Formats: sequence, C-alpha cells, structure tokens
Amino acid sequence: MDFKLNDEQRMLEETVGRLVRDTYTFDARNKILESDQGFSADMWNQFAELGLLGVPFSEEAGGFNGGGPELMVVAEGFGRGLVVEPYLATVVLSGTLIDKLGNDAQKEQWVAAIIGGETRFALAAYEPQGRYDHTVVDTSAKKDGDGYVLSGEKAVVLHGDSADQLVVIARTAGNAGDRDGLSAFIVPADADGVTRKGYATIDGLRAAEITLSNVKVDGDALLGEEGQAIDALEATLDLALITLCAEASGAMEVACDQTLDYIKERQQFGVPIGKFQALQHRMVEMRMELEKVRSITMLAACSLDAPADLRKKRISAAKAQVGKSGRKVAEEAIQLFGGMGMMEETPVSHYAKRIVMIDHWFGDREYHLGVLETLIDVDDHAA
Amino acid sequence: MDINYTPEERAFRDEVRGFLNDKLPADIARKVKEHKRLGKEDTVRWQKILNEQGWLALHWPKEYGGTGWSPIQKHIFEEECAEAGAPTVLPFGVNMVAPVIIKFGTQEQKDHYLPRILRSDDWWCQGYSEPGAGSDLAGLKTRAVRDGDHYIVNGQKTWTTLGQHANMIFCLVRTDPDAKKQEGISFLLIDMEKSEGITVRPLITLDGEHEVNEVFFDDVKVPVENLVGEENKGWTCAKYLLTFERTGIAGVGASKAALAHLKQVAREQQVNGKPLIEEPHFRARLADVEMELMSLEMTNLRTVAAAEAGGVPGAESSFLKIMGTELRQEITDLFRRAAGPHALPFLPEEMAGDFEGPYVGPEFAASVASRYFNFRKLSIFGGSNEIQKNIISKMILGL
Ligand SMILES: Cc1cc2nc3c(=O)[nH]c(=O)nc-3n(C[C@H](O)[C@H](O)[C@H](O)COP(=O)(O)OP(=O)(O)OC[C@H]3O[C@@H](n4cnc5c(N)ncnc54)[C@H](O)[C@@H]3O)c2cc1C
Repeated sequence: MDFKLNDEQRMLEETVGRLVRDTYTFDARNKILESDQGFSADMWNQFAELGLLGVPFSEEAGGFNGGGPELMVVAEGFGRGLVVEPYLATVVLSGTLIDKLGNDAQKEQWVAAIIGGETRFALAAYEPQGRYDHTVVDTSAKKDGDGYVLSGEKAVVLHGDSADQLVVIARTAGNAGDRDGLSAFIVPADADGVTRKGYATIDGLRAAEITLSNVKVDGDALLGEEGQAIDALEATLDLALITLCAEASGAMEVACDQTLDYIKERQQFGVPIGKFQALQHRMVEMRMELEKVRSITMLAACSLDAPADLRKKRISAAKAQVGKSGRKVAEEAIQLFGGMGMMEETPVSHYAKRIVMIDHWFGDREYHLGVLETLIDVDDHAA
Repeated sequence: MDINYTPEERAFRDEVRGFLNDKLPADIARKVKEHKRLGKEDTVRWQKILNEQGWLALHWPKEYGGTGWSPIQKHIFEEECAEAGAPTVLPFGVNMVAPVIIKFGTQEQKDHYLPRILRSDDWWCQGYSEPGAGSDLAGLKTRAVRDGDHYIVNGQKTWTTLGQHANMIFCLVRTDPDAKKQEGISFLLIDMEKSEGITVRPLITLDGEHEVNEVFFDDVKVPVENLVGEENKGWTCAKYLLTFERTGIAGVGASKAALAHLKQVAREQQVNGKPLIEEPHFRARLADVEMELMSLEMTNLRTVAAAEAGGVPGAESSFLKIMGTELRQEITDLFRRAAGPHALPFLPEEMAGDFEGPYVGPEFAASVASRYFNFRKLSIFGGSNEIQKNIISKMILGL
C-alpha cells in the first residue's frame, strides 16, 4: 500500500491548486454566480488548455488516461474553490459514458470536442418520480424508421440549462425500475421537442427540468447496444460519486480551516473563542469527520477496478459518509462562526451550502445506506 | 399526577380554536402553512385582530391590557396558533420592550408606548448585538453621552432583525466607559424615523433573504426621557428582557405543526412506487423526532407548571432553548430529505406570497433547503446554545 500521490497525480494537484488559488477567489466566484450562464467560459477554456477536461480519457483519445485517484485529485481541488463550471456534467457524467458506450465515430466526434472544451454536455438520467433511483426511467425511446422518438421528463439535470448536447437515458424496453431496456442517446439540446426550465441551485450550480416531447433522433444517436446501457451508466455514476465525494472532501477541508482561523481570531469575553474548551472539542470533531471523508474517498477512488459489487459497496459507503459527516461539518462551521456564519458575505456559508447539498446529488445518505445494506455480505478485504 | 387538561383548560382550548377558526385570515394562514414569505402588512393585520380580541399581549399584567393567562393557557394558545397557521407576533415590541417598560418605565413611557404597541402603531427592533459584542453582550461599545436634556449616540448595532421596517429601536448603550463592563450600560428607546444620523443597511443571509440589518448611529440626539430605568442600570433591564425572550422558546407548537406537515408530505411523496413514509430510514427518523417531541413537550409543560406555581422559569428555560431549537432544526433536515433532488432548485419567486405555480418540483420542496439553512440561526441567536449550556453549568450544576 502507498498513500502518496505519484508524480503525475501531484502535477495534476498542483495545476488545479494553482488555478483555484490564483483565479478562483471568493469575489471572482461571486461574479461567476451572478452571470447569466452561471459559469465562466474563460475558466472552461483554461481547463481545456491545462488538459483538465481530458483527465478520465485515454491517451489515444487525447486524454490524460486518469482513473479514480486522478479524478479525486482534480475534484478535491475544485471543492476547495467551490468551482461551479460544468466539469462533472460534461466530463465525468457525459464524457465517460460516451467513452464507455460509443463507437469509434461517436468517440472521435464527442470525446475530442469535450477535451477541447468546444462542447458542453449534460446527462439527463433521473426522473421526477424516481428521485435518486436511476433505473426508474419512464422516458421512452420508440423505434421510428432508422431512428428513434424520445418522450419523457427529466428532473434536476445538472447543467442541463446550458449544455449544448444532452445524453438522454431512455427506455427502449421494459418498465420503470427494470435494469434491462435502458438506452443512451445523444440529443442536441436545441432539438425540436426539447424544453428546458433552467434555474440556479442553492449550492451555486445550475440545473434544469427537461421535457422531451416526440424528439426525433437518427439511429447514430444511440450509444452502444440498444437496451444495454445499465452497466456503463452505473460505472459512470460511480465515477460521478467519487468526484462528488472528493469535492466534498476539498470543501470540508476549507470549511474546517476557515473555522479554525476564525475561532483563533474572534474575541469574546476578552479571549479568542478558540480558548473555550467547549469549542475546541467541537473543532476536533469536525476534523475527525474530515479525516473520515478523506479516507473513505480514497478507498472509493481506488476501487473502480474492483468487482462491481465491491466497487458499489465502497462507493455508496463513501457517499453515505459524506452525507453524514458533511452535515456535521457544515452545521458546526456555521455555529462556530455565530451570526457571521449566517451571512452570505462570509465564505464559509457558501462552503456549508455546497457540503450539505452534495448529499442531494445522485443519492443521499439514506439512499446509499440502502444500497450498502444490500451489499453488506460482500467481502471487502483489500485484494 | 394528571397529565390531562382540566375541564377549564379544555374549554379554553375550544375558545381559542373557535377564535382562530373565525378570525385568522385564510390568505395569511395559507402563506404560513406553505412557508411563503410574509410581509409586514400580514403581521400587522394579524396583530390587530389579536388585539381586538385582547389576546395580543400574552405576558402583560391585565391592568395594562394583557391577558393575565396562566402559563398553561399560554402554552395552549401557542400550540393552537401554530397548528392553525397563525403568523408569529413580532416579539420586539409586545414581548420584549413592553415588559421592560412595564417593570422599569415611567408613567409617561407606559402611557405613550404601551397603547401604541397594542395598536401596532410602532414596529420595534432590538439593538443589542454589535460586531464586537455578540455572546459577550456586555462588551458593547455604542456610546451615549449626556448633553443637556439629550444623549448623543454614536456606534453600531448589527444583526438587527427586521430593522428595515422599524420606526423604533431599543438599544443597550454605554453611558459610563470607566465603570465595570456591566455597570456602565443604559437602556434607551430611539425613534428611527424622527432622529437624524441613523443609517440602516441590509445584511443578506445565506439563504438570500433580507431579514437582518446593520444600524449605524452618527451623533444621534435622543431625549433623556427615552431612558428606561436608571442611567447605568441598563444591564438589569437587559437581563429582565432576556427572561421574556425565552418564553415560548421551546417552540413546541411550531414543532408539532411542522411534524404534522412533514408526515403529510411523507405520505404523499413516492419512493419506488411507495410512500416515503414507508421507507425504513425515513420512518425511523420520523419516529425519533416524534419521541423527542414528546419528551420536549412534557419538559416544557413541567417547566411551565413550575412557573405557574410561583417560580419564574430561570435557568431551566435554557434547557428548553437547546432542546427546542435542536428539534426544530432536525425537522428542517427531514423536510430537506423528503424533497430529495428537488431540494436543490433555488427559486426565490416560488417562495413569494402570491406565487401560484407551476412549481419546478413538489410545492412543499420550494422552501425546504432555504429554511434548513435559515433555521441554523435558532441555535445562534437568543443566547447561543453554547451560552445556554454555560448558564446551565453554572446556575443548575454549580460548576
Ligand atoms: C438571524 C439572526 C438574527 C438576529 N437578530 C438579532 C436582533 O434582532 N437583535 C440583536 O441584538 N441581535 C440579533 N442577533 C444576534 C445574536 O444575538 C448573536 O448572533 C448571538 O448573540 C451570537 O453572537 P455572535 O454572532 O457575535 O457570535 P459569537 O459570540 O462570536 O460566537 C461565536 C461562537 O462562539 C460560541 N461562544 C461564544 N462564547 C462562548 C463561550 N463563553 N463558551 C462557549 N462557546 C462560546 C458561540 O456559541 C458561537 O458558537 C441575530 C443573529 C442572527 C443570526
């Protein structure tokens, strides 16, 4: 075992760290939040130039050939700066799914466009009645000559408001809840029949409710075999969960650091409030939660090649831990800041919001505990 | 021991229910129940209805226009109001400054301010906290210097709740900078409309709302007759007021109403084709909240009953503050979970009083995340929960 980053991973960490420190200041981020799109196209170009958009893709495709640890390193850095650009939506959720399912022509076209920063994607998978369950898909894709006609509703599609292209998960067979019969399609976001209701989310991102009504696509919009998308979709969602856990880890680290600095500085009763033992112990507990999240995120990030059951077990455990520990760290950070913690002008409140709301993306603590419960007998000894 | 209400108490509850049924405006109750933003007009309209009935000033003695109710009656009233969706009364006038004026004020002050408070002529706000004086309130620096028949006030207050609507502020100010911390403080009533040199600036909270403010005083002239109690004895008023600030602090009525709403939502929301309320993790947490609420309600009633028997709720109210606020916060956490992914959309327009839809997610989900974050304040203000624990350690445990 070796917990150190290798040279390439360290380089990646430094690249992201520098970018976030130098350009992603609190004020710069606030300006980005206020912009129409809710993210910065300039920043996106910088990601492309630095090679960050290629992290999970193969070298032949022009990528970095990164795996879980590489994505973890990038996402932690993003978490430290509360980066709001559509990295997860484009690169992780859509790009890796295309990479897993697509034929050579599709990969050549889309993966290259993603790595180059030219095309932004969103994954339209979850549906209103399915909550966190990606198999509860009612959106239908009916064969129509050489192509398909798609109809249905997609809920809280991350960055679905601004994406150029959508990867839509639709049902070509079976019923909501079935694992078989799910297919993935590439649909231009401006196709006839696509309506998007975009909005900001409380953690600083953007999303959309998307309705597809009789959207016609060609046969070559289909990614992979008809009805066989589930394994690739789950592997992709697992990668997204690792990314989110790592982002949470980075954000929690900053929330802990800022709180520690604050209680050393803030004077009440003639002393820094950090002198009160009641608060010292609280700070210690926050740090313990952070350490747990760091550790379990590493475990999850290094489990991508494990057998599917073990991979899912560890990744769901990590996401559930983030839900539990994240809430604690966020609430305690606000509490220890007192009234200042409640203010929009105080950076820690933004960290708290992101950390808490990460629980609502791709399955909350209860949902992933439920997954974990079904996998409790899976042997989790390290290979 | 008998945990049931007496026949008189039951009759009283029926009377309160009848009143709420007849007089609580449906549009206001709807906003409260759906967690929409309430305007100043809504609060004032409801306060006027209460006052007509003689039920606004719960804690005042009868001779000043108060109800003269027993603590149990107040508890019943509070619970019924919460269940019916009545808005909370603005506490700063009727429940905070008024008891201080009644106890320490001059006859002129009583004659002038108390009827105005009953009629909702004034909108009061509380000027205690300062940037450097939160938990350590006695560290406040806002200065008032006597100049003939006026005080000249300079300094800054902060976190002033709903100060943007206020025309009156009660302030703790330092009148003797050389005395020991608590001893040089005075309690002043300041007219924000007529005085020159007052600036109110909005502070935006993490949920994007404008609920608190900063209030700056720049050579503000305040007539000496606006001093309540003796000069340099303001700390006595401040402490007296805090005991009133903590009445109803357990928020049992609010928690009961919120839990009932939460259960209803959990019955309606579907997870995998089944109601959320049947989802084992969620149901276990609901049961846990229910248990805590039973314990809290009984603790509250015991405290209240002890007060009825003559004792004033003292440090015991600190228990209620901690238990009550933690429970209310936990319920907001469950609401957030009930909404699932639809807790994420942040659409302030969906929280406006006149929003008719369509909603992006389920209607109840529109405000859940905002409320969860907003309610973090409950464990910070009114004496933070850590400060309450310090009080309990000292006053009850003798540590
Ligand atoms: C939404 C909101 C509305 C408010 N409305 C009003 C209002 O209308 N009028 C008004 O005057 N004030 C108001 N306040 C201010 C409120 O009373 C203060 O925020 C509160 O007293 C805490 O002070 P502080 O924010 O300065 O935090 P601090 O006092 O700086 O406390 C920071 C942290 O340290 C802890 N701490 C401090 N001292 C100790 C100790 N001795 N032992 C252990 N822990 C300690 C606190 O519990 C807290 O967790 C409001 C605050 C909020 C958030």
